[in-house]
Amino acid sequence: MTTPLLRLRGLTKAYPGVVANQDVSFDIQPGEIHALLGENGAGKSTLVKTIYGLVKPDAGQMELQGAGFAPAEPRAARVAGVAMVFQHFSLFDAMNVAENIALGMENPPPQREIAARVRLVSDQYGLPLDPTRIVGELSAGERQRVEIVRCLLQDPKLLIMDEPTSVLTPQEVAILFDTLRRLRAAGTAILYISHKLEEIRALCDAATVLRLGRVVGTCDPRATSAREMAELMVGSSLHVPHKAARPEGAVILTLQGLSAKAPHRFGTALRDIDLTVRRGEILGIGGVAGNGQDELVAALSGEIRTRRDMVLFDGKSIGHLAPNARRHLGLLAAPEERMGHAAAPDMSLTENALLTAAARQNLTARGFVRWGKAREFAGRVIAAFDVRTPGAGNTARSLSGGNLQKFVIGREIMQDPALLVVNQPTWGVDASAAAAIRQALLDLADKGAAVICISQDLDELMEISDRFAALNAGRLSAPRPAQGLSVEQIGLMLGGAHDMEVAHVDA
Amino acid sequence: MIRLEKRTAPSRFWTYAAPLLAVVLTMVCGALVFAALGNDPFVTIRTIFWDPLFSEFSWYYRPQLLIKAAPLVLIAIGLSFGFRAGVWNIGAEGQYILGAICGAAVGLAFYPTESPFIFPLMVMAGALGGWAWAMIPGVLRVRFGTNEILVSLMLVYVAQNLLASMALGALRNPDASGFPGSRNLARYPSATSWINEGAGLHWGVVFALIAVIFAYITLSRHIFGFHVRLSGQSPRAARFAGVNPGLLVLICMGISGTLAGLAGLFEVAGPSGLISIDFNAGYGFTAIIVAFLGRLHPVGILLAAGLMALTYIGGEIAQSNLRLPAAAIQVLQGMLLFFLLAVDVLTHYRIRLTARGVA
Repeated sequence: MTTPLLRLRGLTKAYPGVVANQDVSFDIQPGEIHALLGENGAGKSTLVKTIYGLVKPDAGQMELQGAGFAPAEPRAARVAGVAMVFQHFSLFDAMNVAENIALGMENPPPQREIAARVRLVSDQYGLPLDPTRIVGELSAGERQRVEIVRCLLQDPKLLIMDEPTSVLTPQEVAILFDTLRRLRAAGTAILYISHKLEEIRALCDAATVLRLGRVVGTCDPRATSAREMAELMVGSSLHVPHKAARPEGAVILTLQGLSAKAPHRFGTALRDIDLTVRRGEILGIGGVAGNGQDELVAALSGEIRTRRDMVLFDGKSIGHLAPNARRHLGLLAAPEERMGHAAAPDMSLTENALLTAAARQNLTARGFVRWGKAREFAGRVIAAFDVRTPGAGNTARSLSGGNLQKFVIGREIMQDPALLVVNQPTWGVDASAAAAIRQALLDLADKGAAVICISQDLDELMEISDRFAALNAGRLSAPRPAQGLSVEQIGLMLGGAHDMEVAHVDA
Repeated sequence: MIRLEKRTAPSRFWTYAAPLLAVVLTMVCGALVFAALGNDPFVTIRTIFWDPLFSEFSWYYRPQLLIKAAPLVLIAIGLSFGFRAGVWNIGAEGQYILGAICGAAVGLAFYPTESPFIFPLMVMAGALGGWAWAMIPGVLRVRFGTNEILVSLMLVYVAQNLLASMALGALRNPDASGFPGSRNLARYPSATSWINEGAGLHWGVVFALIAVIFAYITLSRHIFGFHVRLSGQSPRAARFAGVNPGLLVLICMGISGTLAGLAGLFEVAGPSGLISIDFNAGYGFTAIIVAFLGRLHPVGILLAAGLMALTYIGGEIAQSNLRLPAAAIQVLQGMLLFFLLAVDVLTHYRIRLTARGVA
């Protein structure tokens, strides 16, 4: 290992008002899986875009195998041997795998040849993929494999992967890691971006940590604890949510055979869901996106009405009640989509506070809005949840995703719910904000409220849940105590494993 | 290269400046059109925009402005609720006609009795007529998911035919020896909407001002106004906030229908005086322009209606004094909406001039 594969020297890129990268230097060796760590906004994206030729640095040089490397566009980077798998896939649903791969090529060979090469590469690297299948029918994990195979056909020296596991089930993650290890063995270097520290510890050979655009440390992830890495990222000692033992409370919510038709063409029907939730407990619900999460939240929040006795809250049938009637009773919810569902993007934070808090916070008097009180309530949420904004008069759109999420979750928690339903509470939120949100959920349960936390982040669910259940195709598995559940058991409960034996879920 | 860059928040400056710029651009392009028609552009623009207000005959034109602006304000205020909530009632013209027919029918039924109760009854009948006509597209949308734009528009033509049949049949003046049209309500003391005919003041003017205040308070202070705005901006967030979308459609349709019906009643019992075949003058359609020109804001609508009334009256002066064709005035009014929509880009985008970069 004399010459590094890729050497970055003093890369600097400034945007108006923010320095995205400041004097970033590090090396990537051939055949190394190199982790790039950092919170949201630490400059990871800018850096990989620079390497991939999407961003031109203001200062600094790159060397690829000892030669100067300054790609003017992604094509030049690809020609030089740098490939990238983006977090968001660029595939056409209506075409098959081979056609999608051909679309990304300069001079695509005939379909048959592509199909053969796809089969070859997927065999070689353990990526089960049928080139004739229509992309629209593939799972997220399989789509990702299409993107990876597309990259591998170019025979890259460096493969950049941006948050590759965020959409995968544990089994799919295992398949991906196996592939990446085989690639490493074949001499390909991988730049691996993630905020899942345990994954990085299991997979990567070296790690570079970015904070506020600067390199703040490098480490050997196999010899560093996840906590130490997190503290490097955040720059202060990380607050780990504290889970206290809580006494078992009274039953607050009972679902009896909850079923609901899919609300739209791309929705999922809820099928015969039975569940009891007690005060003082956090129920974690896992599952791959699109298995009924949105619909379950809607059926609980009142956006989807059902037969009245399908939902019992505190002993009362409420399946037929509208959202505000349920809020009066103490059932609050925070949906996944912040922009346009949990919050109105073009309205101020004061107006967005009014959106759900009108009923419980007495923000109206005989129908007239008490704007002063609404502003004050928004201000309290902003202060209590450390929402970074110049003031409650700013629009929801002007907040970063993490800040808006803190506002949305805080708005419900500050209303003192008896049961809070949250969907993806820390999605796209940086580590310290995520920890704060999780702690707030735990505190809420400590105070005797029940929490249903729906999430695709299994680490998060294991961290805060007392019991765990999985949603799969609109059905909910029987909840099990979260303590002592192994990753394999969880994977089987999720049941979304593709190209593997049929999941055995005890219903 | 000119590039449009989306603003993070709509520009406050351009929200107010855009309508003014649109008016200026309309004047400039209007002047070019008039010049092409062989008229002196400066004189024409002055005749349309200045003379009605400040010429030596303005004592005659100013009441006319009031008479033109009142129904526009009433209808546009009603429409603004729906337009803000994403309910597109295009058929205010039909609701206006039905309000006039129903109100006039009540008044004519009492003729020639004199009583202080007749006019209030007519007002109620007019409001009810407009409301009922608007409920047809409203209920069809909520119940069967039909498109309220099409249904409300089609109902305008139904209303026009109903109007013709009323003018020639049921409501025809029996003493008019066969002439089409009803008795003149303006000459029937218990039924007239005039307060002071010489000043152009009728009950419609009063109701228009009340509607502006009512709309302003509702939209800015009441939870219903908040839900209307929320539904238009983020329908999904509105449902999450507890808004019943179907009910909101019916309420918005109801408000616009009621106000359009009232406008029709005040018109037929005052300035127009009688139900006739050509009673409707397109107020219901012009009000759509007024609503958008006024940014769906009550005070904006008040100003926009004044401006539209100005182009009407000024246009009439230009027609009679300068022999400008009526179509040229309509072009001018169309341009106003066109430029408003075009200039609107500036509120949401900023224009950047950039050197051509690498593709």
